[in-house]
Amino acid sequence: MRGSRWRSGKWWVRRVLTGVVAATLGAVVLSGCAQGSGSGATSLTVYSGQHVQTTQALVAAFERESGISVSLRSDDEDVLADQIVTEGSHSPADVIFTENSPPLQYLASKGMLARVDPSTLAKTPSRFNSPDGRWVGVTARVSVMIYNTSLLKRDQLPTSAMDLADPKWSGRIGIAGSETDFQPIVTSIARTYGEQAALHWLEAVKANAGGHDYPDNETLTAQVNGGQVALGIINQYYWYRERAQVGAGAMHSAIAYFAPHDVGYVVDVSGAGILSSSTHQAAAQRFLAFLTSVQGQEIIAHSDSFEYPIASGVTTAEPETPFDELEPNSITVAELGTGAEAIELLQEAQLL
Amino acid sequence: MTDGAVDPKRRPGVRRLPPLLTAGAVLVSVVVLLPLVFLVVQAVQVGWSQLHRLLFRHLTTMLVWDTVSLVVVVTVLCAALGTLAAWFVERTDLPCRRLFAILVVIPLGVPDFVVSFGWRAIFPSIGGFWAAVLVMTLAVYPLVFLPVAASLRAADPAQEEVARSLGLGRVRTFLTVTVGQARMAIFGGALLVGLVVLAEFGAFEILGYQTLTTEIYNEFQVGFNEPAACALSVILVLLGGLLLASEDAVRGHGRTSRVGAGAARRNRPVPLGRGRPAVLTGAVLLVVLALGVPVGAIIYLMVQGGNSTLPPASLLIATGNTFAYAAAAGVVATLAALPIALLSVRHARPRVIALQRTNMLVLAVPGLVIALSFTYLTEHFLQGRFYQTSPLLVLVYAIMFFPLAVVSVRAAVARSPVGLEEVGSSLGVRRRSVLWRVTLPLIGPGLGAAFALVFLETATELTATLVLHPTNVETLATQFWAYQSNLSYSQAAPYAGVMVLIAAVPGYVLGRWFDRQPERAALAGVPAPAPGPTTLVAA
Repeated sequence: MRGSRWRSGKWWVRRVLTGVVAATLGAVVLSGCAQGSGSGATSLTVYSGQHVQTTQALVAAFERESGISVSLRSDDEDVLADQIVTEGSHSPADVIFTENSPPLQYLASKGMLARVDPSTLAKTPSRFNSPDGRWVGVTARVSVMIYNTSLLKRDQLPTSAMDLADPKWSGRIGIAGSETDFQPIVTSIARTYGEQAALHWLEAVKANAGGHDYPDNETLTAQVNGGQVALGIINQYYWYRERAQVGAGAMHSAIAYFAPHDVGYVVDVSGAGILSSSTHQAAAQRFLAFLTSVQGQEIIAHSDSFEYPIASGVTTAEPETPFDELEPNSITVAELGTGAEAIELLQEAQLL
Repeated sequence: MTDGAVDPKRRPGVRRLPPLLTAGAVLVSVVVLLPLVFLVVQAVQVGWSQLHRLLFRHLTTMLVWDTVSLVVVVTVLCAALGTLAAWFVERTDLPCRRLFAILVVIPLGVPDFVVSFGWRAIFPSIGGFWAAVLVMTLAVYPLVFLPVAASLRAADPAQEEVARSLGLGRVRTFLTVTVGQARMAIFGGALLVGLVVLAEFGAFEILGYQTLTTEIYNEFQVGFNEPAACALSVILVLLGGLLLASEDAVRGHGRTSRVGAGAARRNRPVPLGRGRPAVLTGAVLLVVLALGVPVGAIIYLMVQGGNSTLPPASLLIATGNTFAYAAAAGVVATLAALPIALLSVRHARPRVIALQRTNMLVLAVPGLVIALSFTYLTEHFLQGRFYQTSPLLVLVYAIMFFPLAVVSVRAAVARSPVGLEEVGSSLGVRRRSVLWRVTLPLIGPGLGAAFALVFLETATELTATLVLHPTNVETLATQFWAYQSNLSYSQAAPYAGVMVLIAAVPGYVLGRWFDRQPERAALAGVPAPAPGPTTLVAA
């Protein structure tokens, strides 16, 4: 008995030791790989909250064209912004590329973004750029209604987002109240009708939605499409992505616009900025120039993220309403700001 | 079993705390508790007025209520389900029980967000409180099953036989004797369940059920409000502390170990008789719900996606990375757990126990908070060095799942006879040699179980990974996330599939190890040195 115990003991000890050595070696090799790619030629680190596959395509094309290698980190855009602030002056990030303007405005307000080359800014209509040149607009989306075609007819749809507060929509609308895409609408309502009205609208919409407050727009889109709820507000591209995923035959929903210039008819801008702390300013400027170039915008136009290209005169290839035919509300990226006002209202309405 | 560790006479104040072990335990605890320090620092920064506005409002009250009720219901259900499953598998003549012993453990290794993803794919409108209860219960009940199964194996079957011979019915025997024997394991497992549910994010996000943790993520994700998120996390940690305290109060202080070796023998299975088909159906149903649904959803999505979604080369690389990280974290956490486990069992003074239990709190801190606390610490104290490197990521994994390792190692230490160490010492072997040559071999299986548990949890971790992984080093979880968040479910599915496969390996090994343990002991003619790798003797 004693002998067998000792033997089995040694066996375990050996196992553990082998494990330690193997794991340590593995970790060293892994970190070696990670650092290896960073040495030598210039290398950029891009923190991206944008659509992963489209961003990968953009990065690959940029690497081919410039010879600069790019490391891509994807995460939720607001986590990335928080992360960059926490990382402070030693942030590994050179470029941040987000789906919405508020994270960029937030970083700009903290003085963490460098100025973008005027030649790059000139490629995008100035109303889609940072008001003080700290980031450049790259793509855009527009907020629309999604409705289930067997539960609602087109002529039953509201013409304004304000109508959704009407009790007649009780139990029939869905929202994604914690989504970043929802905030611009709240900001837009507060700008036009005042904070108090915006709060009342939020509370009424929350009550109408009841249990149909979803964690994200993807879920909201799928729920409307599946008939669990009749109507919702999303950005147009979620509908196209859902269609690409499930096939046109499985679409039981359609999208529609609010009346021209309605508070709910808002353009959201996706943009990119350069960290002031970056030690690769020139390469980072080249990357932003590429994103807004004809070549970069064509990649976006033909990707399956279904966003509108907005720079260098490139137009979308999808059978969406062409971008220049949209008639959105006049709210600007400066007025959208960091979204702080909307967030406070959402918190007050207990949606956040 | 002669268990010197729990004999009060052997736990006198006269023995001094071994300095090396104490130093190790304190050092490890300091590192493990770093995230909590960060939490408090941030929460203080936020200022009272904003803190007041965020914490003392209707939503917070509601979230605390929703979180607490979820934790209570899931914990109770897991305790019941885990205990019943363990009893049927360990003590009855359930057909194919060895197979079930393995199958019921694997769900622990299926990422929770894959489980809710699977349910959502099948029932698109699933959501709300009961959906959250269902998904979480099915995902984490093995945390109760594992220790209870181990403790039922180690327990003396004679007690049940005596109870039966004295005329107690089968149900009452189960409720009084069996549950009584496994009491420590049930409460210990339930505690882990409670802490894990407190910090769960991915599953609830997909199901659209709001808890304190999802709100903390909201504060990060849309509010740019790190201090507020940290303030909310403090509430979470307080709830975790409450859970620890209540477990202590409920569990009672009776000893469940055997005094004297008794006759180690295999338990004679309880015949289920006419109830056999019903129990078998129940077991099959459990496996179908807990394992079949997520695996089925993954397979369905892969098939639906067609040829265009053949696993790319990145699948292999991601698998390798996940495996390496999980293994490294498993080793680090297990080794780090040794000092505190040894100390808290062999020198169970109030201060040592308090230190050990404080470490458990880290399990209730959301992954994102832990990750950002290390972003903060590396920036402020290391000028950004080690940030987003593999060694730091492994360290963070080890910290996040440290409590699981401690619990497993403690159980093994508690079950290994201190007498053997004393014999070693009395024969003139030095203390460190005793540790190396006697203690470690005795608790080896417990170390294996600790490794396996940490491995399982690390392989499926997502939120901290997204912040801290070295740029360009993708894991299965980050790749799954990248595709899933873009609605590319068919491309996401293979990564989830491999995660389940990887998780099945330690699940299988754990099951097999349970299998052999009592036989080995029986053959050797001595009480098993450590019959339960995850038997929880939480203080």
